[in-house]
Amino acid sequence: MFLHGARNETLWPLMGPPTVWALHFAAVYGWAAVACAKATPDDSMFLAARWGIGALTVVALAMIAYAGYRAWQIWGFGRFDPPHAAGTETDRRRFLGFATLLLAGLSAVSVIFVGLPALFIAECTW
Amino acid sequence: MTATTDTAAGLPPPGSEADLARRRAQEERLRKTWETPKGIRYWTAVNNTEVGVWYTATAFVFMLFAGLLALLMRAQLAVPDNDLISADLYNQAFTLHGTVMMFLFAVPIFEAVAIVILPQMLGARDLPFPRLSAFGFWSFVLGGVFVCGSIFFNAAPNAGWFMYPPLATDEEQSGIGADIWLLGLSFIEVASIAAAVELIIGTLKCRPPGMRINMIPLFAWYILIVAGMILFAFPPLIAGDILFEMERMFDWPFFDPERRGDPLLWQHLFWIFGHPEVYIVFLPAIALIAMIVPTFAQRPIVGYSWIVLAAVGTGFLSFGLWVHHMFATGLPTISLAFFSAASEAVAIPTGVQIFVFIATLLAGRVIFAVPMLFATGGLAIFVIGGLTGVMVALAPFDWQAHDTYFVVAHLHYVLIGGMLFPIVAGIYYFYPITSGKMLSMRLGKIGFWLMFVGFNVGFLPMHFTGLRGMPRRVFTYPGGLGFDWLNMVSTVGAFVFAAGVGVVVWDVVRPKSREPYAPRNPWNAGTLEWLTTMPGENWGVRSVPFITSRYPIWDQPNLIRDVDEGRGLLPDAEEMKRETLVTSVLDAEPIQCLRVPGNAWSPMIAAFTLGGVFIALTFKWWIPALVSGVAFFCVLMFWLWTSTSLIPEKPEKDVGGGLVLPLYRSGPASIGWWAMFITMTGDATAFASLVFGYFFYWTVHADFVIDGGGPGVLWPMIAMGLLLASWAVTLLARRWNSADRPLPARLALVTAAVLAGAGGAAGLMGPYTHGMAPTTDVYPAIVWILVIWTAIHAAVGVIMLLYCLARSLAGRMTAVYDIDMRNVALYAHFLAMTAVVTFAVVGLFPLIN
Repeated sequence: MFLHGARNETLWPLMGPPTVWALHFAAVYGWAAVACAKATPDDSMFLAARWGIGALTVVALAMIAYAGYRAWQIWGFGRFDPPHAAGTETDRRRFLGFATLLLAGLSAVSVIFVGLPALFIAECTW
Repeated sequence: MTATTDTAAGLPPPGSEADLARRRAQEERLRKTWETPKGIRYWTAVNNTEVGVWYTATAFVFMLFAGLLALLMRAQLAVPDNDLISADLYNQAFTLHGTVMMFLFAVPIFEAVAIVILPQMLGARDLPFPRLSAFGFWSFVLGGVFVCGSIFFNAAPNAGWFMYPPLATDEEQSGIGADIWLLGLSFIEVASIAAAVELIIGTLKCRPPGMRINMIPLFAWYILIVAGMILFAFPPLIAGDILFEMERMFDWPFFDPERRGDPLLWQHLFWIFGHPEVYIVFLPAIALIAMIVPTFAQRPIVGYSWIVLAAVGTGFLSFGLWVHHMFATGLPTISLAFFSAASEAVAIPTGVQIFVFIATLLAGRVIFAVPMLFATGGLAIFVIGGLTGVMVALAPFDWQAHDTYFVVAHLHYVLIGGMLFPIVAGIYYFYPITSGKMLSMRLGKIGFWLMFVGFNVGFLPMHFTGLRGMPRRVFTYPGGLGFDWLNMVSTVGAFVFAAGVGVVVWDVVRPKSREPYAPRNPWNAGTLEWLTTMPGENWGVRSVPFITSRYPIWDQPNLIRDVDEGRGLLPDAEEMKRETLVTSVLDAEPIQCLRVPGNAWSPMIAAFTLGGVFIALTFKWWIPALVSGVAFFCVLMFWLWTSTSLIPEKPEKDVGGGLVLPLYRSGPASIGWWAMFITMTGDATAFASLVFGYFFYWTVHADFVIDGGGPGVLWPMIAMGLLLASWAVTLLARRWNSADRPLPARLALVTAAVLAGAGGAAGLMGPYTHGMAPTTDVYPAIVWILVIWTAIHAAVGVIMLLYCLARSLAGRMTAVYDIDMRNVALYAHFLAMTAVVTFAVVGLFPLIN
């Protein structure tokens, strides 16, 4: 009712890719923090965390890629140029698709940024 | 639906005598309905045109006060070994300077400006909850005066604006100032969340027909995002404030390492709020630039979707940056790296916005009027602040620069360039909307150059003072360390900057009664706020037009004429009631004619009584706090009972052009339901922060959960069961009420209330029967906090259920007119969720640990 437009559309998909980024961020931060706080002498927890963060990063990128593909589809696969400023349902839909696609790009870059430390940092202490 | 603007059925031909008579009669009724009260009752006004202007003016007064404190500090630092002011007064001055600038200027000014211009921009008569805006304003005034006034009694907070324990939890060191900070600002945070509710719903639901989501002014996009950020940023601070004040008031050891507390938890909670806050401050100011740039380039913005990307993207990423304020605290390197990476990533959307503005200016014919001077000058300053931001986002550099004047320089470049200059640009730009007069272009230019030059002379040297090793927050320094002359230059610059601010302030307040009114739409802008006449009327928009463009005044011929002649929607106030349109979120189709409440004392009295509670608690005056709390409760009940969920005299009305809209909607179709949803989202965030606290302690202590020292399993499970039963029975009450079976519905309401009350009490029984002493250790303390939080929410649930019962008995809640019941059912969902999490954490988690 509230956030819905015609054909049961809502504003929520726009938030999808950055929400995946946020969940990924919270998960990798939490995992690393617990692994370091509860570290065992053999470092196995931290190693597990590094692999886990890698896996989470792949999963998050896959989810963003899916959301981005859907958005690309809704936008019309780039056949129509912005600004999508007309007062029509078509333009409103293309605008949301395009904006979501842009957000998917930003979210993907940010997920990669945040995932990278697990590749390079090999221990908790310094 | 598409023809509402021009061919409204049954109107006399334009220009005829009959048409003029119709228009005059409508205007008379509208003017009377939206009239501002005279005399003492002026202060009961709730219309956005009054409240917004008061709000803006008050925020500026606080800004000037904090600016004077800054000058005092700069005077003290001008020469080495100065004794102009004492170390203690200096501590109070810098703490209050930061606190006031952030909490009493930067955040409120965005709410204030949005209250003034958002309804105008959206062709609405007012925001959906005008009394809530008024309540927020009065809370802000009272809390602000309380916090600022403390310095005149030598009792201001003095531990820095982020109040780190253990300094700020030490009663000897920090005195009553810390309590004033915690309670005074908690009170204002409540007002900010109220504004967030108002602005989210205002943006999404109170637009003119035709203004689909791809056409809303960019300002509205930013406001939507920022209001959403407030919901997730302020509650962690409120949770932190609760823990902090429990430690100061009752010696619960949340931040005391001797009893297994941890000062770092405060830093986390503060900066989970504090970093998004920077963007909460910055984005609305950029939003002003996004309105100003197209006007002075005389063309639509280039890259509307890219701005939306930037606003939404920054809104999210800003929550992944908080630890970059804590790089020097010894967290694991990998944690630092996550935050360093996210801090670099946020530069992407920030940069996108700046390139969009540059592209728009390149593509248009730029007119360099005063608002553009401030906008571009601000951006130039901000870019420098952004670049030093990229530097300090790198942990190794930050370790060198941490807590030096380099950081002071960085944050002032960000905030003054990214916030203050755009705000001044906005004042010059929007001033005609509030007063009908223009500001002086000559004074504006003088003010700009004084501010721009003064700022750079004042703050650029601080980068070098910092790199040469001067720490921030020192009240003096010995001579010969290499920063004597740098400090003198900074002081000179600060006074030049202040002179510029003085010129701008004079321009705003100087008498203008002899000056002519500005022409209508003086900047030839394209958006709806410029429909206003000079001087404006209280009704907002004469009639609500149908929108077909992002810049309707530029692109829709006859728009102004049709609006003026009452050919849009809601051209009249036949019943002499204040009304505005509610439209659907994505496509802005009209779905309701909303009656908004008018002027009243209740918002002001509610704010003052609630403020009384906070102020009395500061001084530990328990009885006055209780009395004030009871008074607040009574005012609140009066307010709700007399002005919310009113049953209209007819189910629907013709809003013009043959369009008939309902006057009452409930459940997810009503704005009240969404206000509850948004408020409870904020509430859930605060709760999540407390739960985070529990698990934070669990990670830092190997044996955090004391064996046999917890609340047991039995009582938590009983409490969870009772509260879930209360939830189920509340849903039954809603069902029976909808089915027009009042008797079972009322019985269910009573049952649900009893179950909720019993559930809350059972929750408290767990720690009570196990003799958990919250002052001995952080584990019992955090368990107590979680169950008390849940019990208070259960008690609020009891009040809500009994309120529904009373409404039903009084005939004010029926099967059709059931806003109250549906909102309370929504609250019940949140209460059930809170109960499940709390009792699973305190009762079951110790078992698996």
